[in-house]
Amino acid sequence: MTYIPHTDADREAMLKVIGVDSLAELFDAVPAEHRFPALGLPEGMSEMEVAWELGGLANSNVAAHHFAIFLGAGAYNHFIPSVVNHVLLRGEFYTAYTPYQPELSQGTLQAIYEYQSMMCALTGMEAANASHYDGATSLAEAVTVARVHYRGKRTKVILSPSVNPEYRAVARTYHQGSDMKFVGDKGNATIPDLIDMLDEDTALLVVSYPNFFGQIDELGGLAQAVHEAGALLCMVVDPIALGLFKTPGELGADIVVGEGQPLGIPLSFGGPYLGFFATNQTLVRKIAGRIVGETIDKNGRRAFVMTLRPREQDIRREKATSNICTNQGLMALAACVYMSVMGKTGLRKVAELCYHKAHYAAEQINKLDGFSVDTSKPFFKEFVVTCPKPVAELNDVLLDHWGIIGGYDLSQHYPDRANQMLLAVTEMNTKDEIDTLAEALSQHDTPHHHDHAH
Amino acid sequence: MTDETTTTTNGAPPPLEPLIYDLSSPGRTGAILPDPDVPEATLPDSLLRDRLDLPEVSEIDVVRHFLRLSRFNYSIDQGFYPLGSCTMKYNPKLNEDMARLPGFAQVHPLQDPSTNQGALALMHELQNWLAAISGMAGVSLQPAAGAQGEFAGILMIRAYHLANGDPGRNVIIVPDSAHGTNPATTAMAGLKVVEVPSDANGDVDLDKLREVCGDTIAGMMITVPNTLGVFERNIEAIIETIHGCGGLMYMDGANMNAMMGIARPGDLGFDVMHYNLHKTFSTPHGGGGPGSGPVAVGEKLLPFLPGPVVSVVDEGSEDEPPLYGLTMPEKSIGRLKAFYGNFGMLVRAFAYIAIHGAAGLKDVTQHAVLNANYIRARLKGTYPMPIDRICGHEFVCQGHFGADEKAGESGTESHEIHALDIAKRLMDYGFHPPTNYFPLIVPEALLIEPTETESKESCDAFVEAMLAIAKEAGENADLLHNAPLTTPVGRVDEVRAAKQLVLCCKPDIADVPSVDVPSVDVPPVVEPPAADLPTPDDSSLPAKQAEPDEGPEPKS
Repeated sequence: MTYIPHTDADREAMLKVIGVDSLAELFDAVPAEHRFPALGLPEGMSEMEVAWELGGLANSNVAAHHFAIFLGAGAYNHFIPSVVNHVLLRGEFYTAYTPYQPELSQGTLQAIYEYQSMMCALTGMEAANASHYDGATSLAEAVTVARVHYRGKRTKVILSPSVNPEYRAVARTYHQGSDMKFVGDKGNATIPDLIDMLDEDTALLVVSYPNFFGQIDELGGLAQAVHEAGALLCMVVDPIALGLFKTPGELGADIVVGEGQPLGIPLSFGGPYLGFFATNQTLVRKIAGRIVGETIDKNGRRAFVMTLRPREQDIRREKATSNICTNQGLMALAACVYMSVMGKTGLRKVAELCYHKAHYAAEQINKLDGFSVDTSKPFFKEFVVTCPKPVAELNDVLLDHWGIIGGYDLSQHYPDRANQMLLAVTEMNTKDEIDTLAEALSQHDTPHHHDHAH
Repeated sequence: MTDETTTTTNGAPPPLEPLIYDLSSPGRTGAILPDPDVPEATLPDSLLRDRLDLPEVSEIDVVRHFLRLSRFNYSIDQGFYPLGSCTMKYNPKLNEDMARLPGFAQVHPLQDPSTNQGALALMHELQNWLAAISGMAGVSLQPAAGAQGEFAGILMIRAYHLANGDPGRNVIIVPDSAHGTNPATTAMAGLKVVEVPSDANGDVDLDKLREVCGDTIAGMMITVPNTLGVFERNIEAIIETIHGCGGLMYMDGANMNAMMGIARPGDLGFDVMHYNLHKTFSTPHGGGGPGSGPVAVGEKLLPFLPGPVVSVVDEGSEDEPPLYGLTMPEKSIGRLKAFYGNFGMLVRAFAYIAIHGAAGLKDVTQHAVLNANYIRARLKGTYPMPIDRICGHEFVCQGHFGADEKAGESGTESHEIHALDIAKRLMDYGFHPPTNYFPLIVPEALLIEPTETESKESCDAFVEAMLAIAKEAGENADLLHNAPLTTPVGRVDEVRAAKQLVLCCKPDIADVPSVDVPSVDVPPVVEPPAADLPTPDDSSLPAKQAEPDEGPEPKS
């Protein structure tokens, strides 16, 4: 019986100790007319049959290991060193529960503490929590922190339209029952436009760095303006970009959130990912989610423990900042191993590879008739191309004839950006792939059957 | 830094394992990366950072560091983990392999749906299966964890009443035995909480429930079986009462491991529930996540489901399979996270349900309940049982001995033994302790959930340890007060952690003294259950410390 070890003799002996005659008798408290329903599920299968069925489903997907991929927009095909998955597959890590019992959880606790330390180093902030579900929910929780910080006296959140559209949607979902109002993201507001919206009701101003279009906005003076208005500044960041660019801490951010998926976590059709959250000492007691701190045990030995627990739902109940219990513990471990193995020079090198390859791709595509790349601002690993025809049509050609997963169609979320494609280039894209992409785009009117796969 | 920190490094035992930063050597790296194969672009100097304080270690440093750390954890793969309300069942290895298939792990969520039909077909099937198991009309796989599933459920109840032009319904009723997430979720959704008490049998007090019912009631959240581990005997009357006053019924699905093939929440009359795939459907807890908390609803709430959900957008034909797509329900409460849910967890849950089928899932529940009742029956008579009747997949007993011998005079040690002492002593016997101090309505609660994947032998070994500890409680209270004695670290100072708040070791922020001692040889926590534990030499034990203010343990 699958994973159930009981023999007939075991069952018999156990029922006898309990004092009942059958397994069915254990369920007498369940209303009789609803007891033991038929579930309408398929028959159980053997392990090999399940593996075949799932193998078939997996093989029917177009996946990055057979295709060149230039799609990003919030999830990225970055290199994952083998060591990351090998650590994750240690049963001691992945079959453990949340580390509520520190005596039996020092492995998880120290790894999270190291993760928090690395996130602080990466973002230039003073404190990081043990993670949220993903980048989008981290942003929603940042809004909650701002709400708690101002105790409802400031209710306006200014969102840059160049923050990931799904993140903005999630922040709104989270706060549909609260008094927070979201403004700023309906049109094409620039950073100076956002600054003009600051007032005494503003709790939080949110920008993305790089922004959703891959660009590094001019952020000098932003933090000062936000702080002069008495509000908080939240930056949504790409952790790989922080291998290269100035930290949000240097730029004056109060809260830094983002998607940690690029740090050693596979695309996996959108999850599980890793929402990171970093802030400064003044706000740390107001943030949601688990936090690991250093302490000592009764013998004075260094030990780690989940701390600031009284903020959490199991103790505060309806007065808790958030209902969150799980973090993305194993994903935080992946990021911790990734950043350890990449280290100071490796992460910088990954970021530089992205930068050089994205700029090479932009240059090649910008030369093509009918295509123009937005080079109005510095960019990192993504850039916007205005195309001569709808992006969906181009992507069909790229996939069907060139084996390329094309870029993101910006018109899906930005109606005035028809024919604009957001292309992502990472260290995983070879020069060959980039040249093939440029060639494919140049021939978009006369597709020939070029079977490209790597 | 304070004086206390100095004592940590002066004369205190060395750390279990250095921090990865302490293993750093300037210039070392574990990354093996290519040089650019394209012409290098000019970097924008004025925008670049000056320094990046990540560790500088080799790959083997990384492997050894994390392998050593892993040995300081307790895990299901090592032993029995009877953590009530958390369903720590075996996590099948097949599931890990399936989630890592490149055709799943390397699919980008924003690809055209025509290119990820396999992933969408899997999600569509799982939506149907979870609807079938719950007797509900529809499922959204979006929620990333149980708490997010709850949040989705309460937002849907709120949206339903608003859509009916009934904005005055802003109260959610929660029993006093509920998980802490229930009231926290309600508050997050902007609704108010009203608590109803349980009666002496552990059931919701129906009279009190009827008293609070009225036209402000949006709904009620209840766990089945409840957090005391028993099926509410009045469940139908409770549902009738809430529906009678215009509210909707939410079932917290944390305890679905006691329900599969036994009763369907939809049949009982529930309007909405969430699953915890990381409990019932064996996806690993991962040391605190990722979880997955799909939400299932009846007809009334179908239009409000969080999205996107997977739908059939073209039925197909005999020759063509159906075409799946992502759609937003008509009056959806919106997105709860980016993309579509924790897909990797969905693959694992799919494999788990596929291997079991309907009969296998019923077997799972029956044996989970068998194990719980067996341990309950064997501990009865030694540990007080506040609810003395057949339980579901878990039960609560009280870990409290020697209260009457409590020392009255100063200078004498108390012989009183608390649930925390028993929990900590179980570690010395090689077991993870049960959930303690939850549910809040039972003093000194130990909530024990063995799950179906433990054999009779495992259950017996745990019972023997519990009985031995009860005996020790009467004979040698200090032994329990000082427990655990065999774990990598002893009881930790939680007060100090919260007061000093050292949350990271970034050198330019926290001035943490360097650690020059290599890792020490501490036995890993994989101790087999010891039949005959040595009596500790009392003289070697440090003076008893103030007990940390340990909160109850929630679910996740």
